[in-house]
Amino acid sequence: MKISGKAVVYNHDNISTDQIFPGQYGYIQDMKEMAEHTLEGADRTIRERFRTVGNIFVSGSNFGCGSSREFAVIVLIESGVKAVIVKSAARIWYRNAVNLGLPVLFCPTLPDAVAEGAEVEIDLEKGTVLDVATGALHQGEAPSEFIIGIYREGGIKPLMRKKALERSQKKERAGD
Amino acid sequence: MATTAMHATHKILAAAAGKDHVSPGEVVTAKVDLAGINDVYLIVVRSFREMLGTKVWDPRKVYIFLDHNTPASDLKVAEAQKAFREFAGEQGCCLTEINEGIGHNLLPERGLARPGSVIVITDSHTPIHGAYGAFAAGLGATDMAAVLIEGSTWFRVPDVVNIRLTGKPGPGIMAKDAALSILGRLGTDFGTYKVIEFSGPVVEDLPMEERMVLTVMATEMGAKSAFIKPDRTTIDDVKGYTSEPFTVYETDPGFRYAAEYEFDLSGLKPQVALPHSVDNVRNVEEAEGIPIDQVFVGSCTGGKLYDIETVAKTLAGKKIAGGTRLVVTMSTRETVQKAIRKGYYQILLDAGASITSPGCGACSGLLGGIVAARERCVSTANRNFPGRMGGSVEAEVYLASPLTAAATALTGKLTSPERL
Ligand code: SF4
Repeated sequence: MKISGKAVVYNHDNISTDQIFPGQYGYIQDMKEMAEHTLEGADRTIRERFRTVGNIFVSGSNFGCGSSREFAVIVLIESGVKAVIVKSAARIWYRNAVNLGLPVLFCPTLPDAVAEGAEVEIDLEKGTVLDVATGALHQGEAPSEFIIGIYREGGIKPLMRKKALERSQKKERAGD
Repeated sequence: MATTAMHATHKILAAAAGKDHVSPGEVVTAKVDLAGINDVYLIVVRSFREMLGTKVWDPRKVYIFLDHNTPASDLKVAEAQKAFREFAGEQGCCLTEINEGIGHNLLPERGLARPGSVIVITDSHTPIHGAYGAFAAGLGATDMAAVLIEGSTWFRVPDVVNIRLTGKPGPGIMAKDAALSILGRLGTDFGTYKVIEFSGPVVEDLPMEERMVLTVMATEMGAKSAFIKPDRTTIDDVKGYTSEPFTVYETDPGFRYAAEYEFDLSGLKPQVALPHSVDNVRNVEEAEGIPIDQVFVGSCTGGKLYDIETVAKTLAGKKIAGGTRLVVTMSTRETVQKAIRKGYYQILLDAGASITSPGCGACSGLLGGIVAARERCVSTANRNFPGRMGGSVEAEVYLASPLTAAATALTGKLTSPERL
């Protein structure tokens, strides 16, 4: 899987889910409305930069620490983010991203090197990211086959729907 | 092929996956013994339908906890809770009502946190149940929707880090101080993707409620899950609440931990995490005298009977300082009932506390003790990220033990319990 785009850089560590999507908005049920608060607890300009600059989000280590709220992934997707490159991420946030089909690459060197607005090319299977302007190829951690498999389906929901349909087709064939 | 020595949590996962042996790094599909959803995750129900789910796999194993915002603070919350009641009714699954308390503290009371079980809850503090020798991990909403349909989920078998607590902690020291000192030294991500085990003579001497403080704080250390080897204390506790059978898995001799640390708690001073990070830890002594607007005693971490008892005994016959508020939110209804029977409730009221109904209260930042911008709050909960207590990123949260919280309530300034 290859993903390219322009980088929006917020190179800080330990950005928590409270900062990505503050808890008090958790009962909003409309995703568009939710996305208006994306990363509000970190830097209010980022959301706008997803519109004007690019949609590959770059941040530091332990990204998404804190609560398990999946909205901390949903609002990024709703804001048009196509991939996230971080030094490392908290487990539940990462797992939510995989489940929702948002590609995440762990790359320790890119966040310190890349400029805001720089064109980048991610090769997910290889775990690399190319900084097009400088020509620097950064080696990150390639996701396991299992995880790439979920990404290929577009996340766990399409996968589960497929399974449900297969189950009902089997039932039909069995005539019950 | 010679199989390598396994950790107890690996044996739990192997059993749940129907395998004899698993090793770290391997992805397994494990059967779940309990799936919990808290009231901020109505999205689970939506995802369940989007995945074309119709019936949960086993309604006796599905729990919905109305605990994060209780009683409902506004219309959106009320609507969400209503939708949950309807879902529980339709599915026949278990729902704990708004008067019952925090899900994490209800599981032990109902004998549902048992050694050897696999517990998944849509809550990052799920590792708390590792205190009971369970494999317990937090899941996101989409994951949970898939669990409701299939009764299983995937896990990458984690490495295990061992933290041994030794020495003789002084009288003013609680499990919270130990957890904060670990965070101060090792930071917030040394446990990422790993199980953190707590062991050693200090842990063996702790009552269950204090052990839970260690395992819940493992979340702040990045852990996927936590573990304390079940012993007499654990088994007696569980048997006091349930007659259901359970399996105690033992770690094989020769098991290789990914890392091992020893903390000698002799001479440890009371600890505090300053804003805005859980690992921004100092001795309380070094930050003493900072004026405090509110003291919050509550949460799954610091609102248990043991915590309430500690605070009540410190405040008995005294009054909190003028200009300071004390908000107490007990973890469960049973805690409230016991606190009333033992006289703690009266002591707290007399001392000047506001006591809210049981639940997550101000810890969730949703109701019951929100802190204004530039106010300072000493809290017995587990997180002090910007905005944690109600959205103002300028509110300052100081994490400390119930003893330090009580000492602070009496003076209105951050105070070490050693002064009492
Ligand atoms: S008390 Fe706080 S940490 Fe515990 S479950 Fe509730 S919100 Fe989460």
